[in-house]
Amino acid sequence: MSLEMFTQHLFNALALGALYGLIAIGYTMVYGILRLINFAHGDIFMLGAYLVFFTTIAFMPAWVAALLLGLTLLAFYSTFVGFGKKPPMWFWIPMAFSICMTGFYAFVAPMDFTPPWVLAAAFAIVVTSAIGITVDRVAYRPLRNAPRISALISAIGVSFFIESAAVVVFSGLPRPVRQPDILVQPIIFSLESITGNAESLVRVTPLAIIVPIISVVLILGLLWVIYRTKPGLAMRAISKDIETTRLMGVSVNKVIALTFGLGSALAAAAGIMWSLRYPQIFPYMGMMPGLKAFIAAVFGGIGSVQGAMIGGLMLGFMEIFIVAFFPELSGYRDAFAFILLIIILLWKPTGLMGEKLKEKI
Amino acid sequence: MSLHNMRNYICTALLTVILGLFLYYAENNLNPYSVRILNLLAINAILAISLNLIYGFTGMFSLGHAGFMAIGAYVCTLLILTPDQKVAMWLLEDMPDFLLHLSLPFFPAVILGGLVAMLFSLIIAVPSLRLGGDYLGIATLGFAEIIRVVITNIPSITNGSLGIKGIPEYANLWWNYGWLLFTLYFIYALLKSNVGNIFKAIRDDEIAARTMGVNAFFYKVLSFCVGGFFAGVGGALTATLISTIDPKMFNFMLTFNILMIVVAGGLGSITGSILGSVVITIMLEWLRIVEDPFSIGDFEVAGIPGMRMVIFSLMLLLIIIFRRSGLLGMREFSWDAVFNFFNRRKQEEWRRS
Amino acid sequence: MSTLELKEATMQFGGIKAVSDFSMRVPEGCIAGLIGPNGAGKTTVFNMITGFYTPTRGRILFNGLPITGMPPHEICKTGIARTFQNIRLFEGSSALQNVMVGFHVRQKNSWWMPPFYLHLKEEKQIRNQAMDLLVRFGLDRVAHMPAGSLPYGAQRRLEIARALATRPSFLLLDEPAAGMNPQESTELMSLITNVRNDFNLTILLIEHDMKVVMGVCSHIWVLEYGICIAEGDPDHIRNNPKVIEAYLGEEYLKYA
Repeated sequence: MSLEMFTQHLFNALALGALYGLIAIGYTMVYGILRLINFAHGDIFMLGAYLVFFTTIAFMPAWVAALLLGLTLLAFYSTFVGFGKKPPMWFWIPMAFSICMTGFYAFVAPMDFTPPWVLAAAFAIVVTSAIGITVDRVAYRPLRNAPRISALISAIGVSFFIESAAVVVFSGLPRPVRQPDILVQPIIFSLESITGNAESLVRVTPLAIIVPIISVVLILGLLWVIYRTKPGLAMRAISKDIETTRLMGVSVNKVIALTFGLGSALAAAAGIMWSLRYPQIFPYMGMMPGLKAFIAAVFGGIGSVQGAMIGGLMLGFMEIFIVAFFPELSGYRDAFAFILLIIILLWKPTGLMGEKLKEKI
Repeated sequence: MSLHNMRNYICTALLTVILGLFLYYAENNLNPYSVRILNLLAINAILAISLNLIYGFTGMFSLGHAGFMAIGAYVCTLLILTPDQKVAMWLLEDMPDFLLHLSLPFFPAVILGGLVAMLFSLIIAVPSLRLGGDYLGIATLGFAEIIRVVITNIPSITNGSLGIKGIPEYANLWWNYGWLLFTLYFIYALLKSNVGNIFKAIRDDEIAARTMGVNAFFYKVLSFCVGGFFAGVGGALTATLISTIDPKMFNFMLTFNILMIVVAGGLGSITGSILGSVVITIMLEWLRIVEDPFSIGDFEVAGIPGMRMVIFSLMLLLIIIFRRSGLLGMREFSWDAVFNFFNRRKQEEWRRS
Repeated sequence: MSTLELKEATMQFGGIKAVSDFSMRVPEGCIAGLIGPNGAGKTTVFNMITGFYTPTRGRILFNGLPITGMPPHEICKTGIARTFQNIRLFEGSSALQNVMVGFHVRQKNSWWMPPFYLHLKEEKQIRNQAMDLLVRFGLDRVAHMPAGSLPYGAQRRLEIARALATRPSFLLLDEPAAGMNPQESTELMSLITNVRNDFNLTILLIEHDMKVVMGVCSHIWVLEYGICIAEGDPDHIRNNPKVIEAYLGEEYLKYA
């Protein structure tokens, strides 16, 4: 393989891996805390992509935006503040932003207005994380004390509910996503200094560079939340022992909701970037990336955020490079992740960075 | 044999005869649509019972059923198609000669489908049953996906993503209900014996079971393989009932439907699985009306495509949240219970008078 | 003649030595005790004997047969049975089914027989024997109740009955008197002695209730931090200054 091809694949793998990693973090955080495979996470990812699509490319009616925003407000407010209490200052930052957006949509913007990407993405992320919190509230919280398998079946149920609801609402047909020119106009740089050949050019879309950068920034932010803030401390405490943490006076349900919110926000971010990079969205688009990201989480050691990112990158590299080196295996691409999963589970069931869990006899 | 047991056997035999008479009636008098639902119902029951054996009775969370079904369906189909049909249908690549001329009657083909599925479940069980809980679920789901991907990618044998059409529709009421009865008999006999106690012991506490001298790994593999066999049979019957198969059909959705039946009926209850398959098969058909246009009075309501699955998944959610143990929990149907019920009634009446 | 013999058994988890160089010989037919503070490695010793842990170093012999590293179900077959500290019954099964699982290890039927109705004769035998065992432990009335719904004392007894169903010659009891009131533990003492006599057993038990230990055991080992600090008959242990310091405490002497 030529160096330029290799470089090109390298960028692709980095972007794909970063996306897997972002989704995997949601799985790993929820599993670390609740020991639950949140099957619906892949569908949250899909919703993120659809919300951006409907706020930008297709026109979203103002009332839909307002409705979504109302639900979001309700979810956040009831979860983190509680009715009849004064919300803290930070609460108003995303809210004020969303209210402005909706107001703009409803009254100011012309009918064919398409908002700038960044705004639409922020809106989608806020709404999606509210949906994540709602899923936890409705489908998982009633089952906290049930056998773990019940919650898992509930998660599968939620996953299918979101998918089939998306078929009804958005229609099952795949929709093309219009990529903003600025993100896909390839940047060409030369590898002449290395190969000595003027012909060796690498074409990389800005997207392939931006995706890993945004991912890293988001993950650093998340790590800051987990290791440097009080709710983060509570999260880590819950993952060790939920009952004791509850007894220490932590409102466990709020912290869990926050976990779902953060995980879903990252998944939405990943969904948006995914739909830009692979410009097609359909209701079942979350299924495969979701499963694979879960595998990445297992690979990196479930419960570890850094592990999830490393697992995601490994998986991305594996998928791109195995196909690059052995093109005849491209049909089996979807099977790689599962083969990797089975190998890792047999060789080191706790993953690369996971902690050992052993049943006490 | 005690009188009491005699009574139970006679009742079972009578029930079987009644079922036979009903099938005879259904075959000749019901419309094809109803017959098809009856067929689906039997196949779903077979699949649900086999998953219940693995999950409800032995406690192994397996999400690989669709994979075993796919193997059963493909093996059986390849064996019953005639060489001419194979030549006509295989467009992507030609079929290898030995497969082209391999042809078997329906019954052995189904058995072979089951056996090959069982072989694969053995191959899958040996590495992955060392895992517990949800990890096992993910690993089996992974295996099922791998099976599907492989089937898509070997067009010379499976016709790849085009699938196979025009499979002779052998699976009539008699075959399906015959297999259902056999499944019931086999798994009931297994569960009623001490082997069943061991399965349940492994489910409840594997460590204690091993201390009690149970080779837990062997029995887990056994349960998994028996389940895999009947899943393969179910797959073979599905293929010969609906006469078309393709790899996409055997995706996770299929496993989910069976899981739904098992959970709705009650984990650890064979009766529950049968009841669940009756309720859910009929409900899934009945729910089709929400997708067709219908009218309330003068008001025309356009059908909403996809609505069926929304309601379906919502019902699963409601069941798991509000009635976790399903319709029957772990209870089983037994003649003793039926007679006790009537006896108690009689006694009450007698007391009252 | 000793039935069970541990030779310098050592169990290391990472950097922690849960049990180090522990040697013991349990004479045949006796009731022996293993005591020590919490976390001293007593249950680890049990887990090594029953095959859940393979000792990092050292050997375990049962009736002269090395059982080190054998899987738990094979060890059960050689005649070792145990109960657990936190009761581990098959809660979804009935009491009778629990005991029947215990009989499995001596059963000749194979798994494939039931569908061909070849198992009925032995199955009936097992069922009757299991019922006899339940009668022996006063559990026959609850034979068909789910094990999980039985009262605590009955669950403890059922666990012993289930262990006895495997026809052991050596029985390990992990804190059998835990959670029992004085009257119940007195009953338990006579139960343990009777069981030993009736079933011809050697018994090794872990227990914190000194009345039970001193009352039934003829030989006692004391563990602290995985090291055996004393062994001998109850009188010897009671007066051993090391044991008093590590475990029994001055208070015990005053009231004993």
